[in-house]
Amino acid sequence: MNLALAFDVLLAAALLWSAWRTLSTAQIDRAVVMFIVFGLLLTLAWARLAAPDIALAEAAIGAGLTGALLLDGLAALKRTDARRPARRTAGKVMVRIAVISVLGLLAGTLVTALISLPPAPIRLPAAVAGDLANSGVSHPVTAVLLNFRGYDTLLEVAVLLLALVGMLAVGLPPAHPGISRNSMLPTLARYALPLMVLAAVYLLWAGAHRPGGAFQAAAVLAAGGVLLNLSRLQAHWLPASRAPRLAIAGGFLLFLAIAAALLAHGGLLRYPPEQAGLLIVLIESGLTVSLAVNLAAFFLLRSTPENGQIPPATAPRESP
Amino acid sequence: MSSGLLYAATGCVIFALGLGGVMLLDHLLRRILAFNLMGSGAFLVLVGLAQRDGTPDPVPQAMVLTGIVVAVAATALALTLARRWHALTGRDEIGAAGKQRGPDD
Repeated sequence: MNLALAFDVLLAAALLWSAWRTLSTAQIDRAVVMFIVFGLLLTLAWARLAAPDIALAEAAIGAGLTGALLLDGLAALKRTDARRPARRTAGKVMVRIAVISVLGLLAGTLVTALISLPPAPIRLPAAVAGDLANSGVSHPVTAVLLNFRGYDTLLEVAVLLLALVGMLAVGLPPAHPGISRNSMLPTLARYALPLMVLAAVYLLWAGAHRPGGAFQAAAVLAAGGVLLNLSRLQAHWLPASRAPRLAIAGGFLLFLAIAAALLAHGGLLRYPPEQAGLLIVLIESGLTVSLAVNLAAFFLLRSTPENGQIPPATAPRESP
Repeated sequence: MSSGLLYAATGCVIFALGLGGVMLLDHLLRRILAFNLMGSGAFLVLVGLAQRDGTPDPVPQAMVLTGIVVAVAATALALTLARRWHALTGRDEIGAAGKQRGPDD
């Protein structure tokens, strides 16, 4: 028991150290790498907090996909980083000291408040366990996600869709200029991808009764898409292509249709207990495809070189 | 101190660190990193605080799962905005960058 606590203290210190290094390190590429390290340490923390569902999602999305997106963005933004003169006027230093001391006070107050907080009057784990038999699944986290608080998940899928629409409106990044051609990577991708699809199907199916579910399955599939793109086996998606758009909208529309149909029978996403299991599997299958394509689209959706929404900063192409 | 409470307290400090980063750092990518740290700190508080007596609580766990997916969507959108800004202006920071900072900030 003492050993476990020692591990927790060590892990908490490592989390704080990597978060601090993410912000304080001078080179920006190191900052991104430190952030990925932070994500992986956080995965361990979720495992220690008995939250394997979050640990799976954090490893695949928080550290994996976010890391890929950040490294990709870094390649576009980094060029200007070197020429920045470090201006440190006396006024700036004063502001810095003031902000840091206020934030230190804030952190101290929050920690003190946490420690002195009275125990919660409502026992949510007991409430979930009491209703689990009617939810259609036997894994409590999936029951909360898809049944008890299904509207959260519905809105979350809408938020993802909205983010993608926002990206389309702002202007997508151009296709990758040149990723190092490593002959190992396509071979690895060819072997890994069938296993990733298998893992995704397993995670989707397992979600009903153990850690796993649509989110984790979608994250693994999206990571497969990114891997295919990086190994140049799969080209990027163009915004005009119809198939990814239909796949992304499909899962959300299916979820919405089921929610609307249930509205006629009483309440929003209030499943009849005997059909709940089937409806949840249906929604989760649609969501897996939809979320996977949506998450992969954050990385794979690229503007066409012809319409040139964003000309690369190094080589302006408006010569005529 | 239970491990739930320990991670919740760590989350508070990480949240404050991230908030400081958003306020003090200039580079857009660093601000996005700091914003993500704020989110991770909030997630740790949410789950850690609910589990300070040691029993796993599926409700905040499901909410954090949702939150992680929303956070990556926000990051993707923020990165696209940062790239667009960079393509239009050639700068990687917003606000009074390039000029001398005024006394009001």
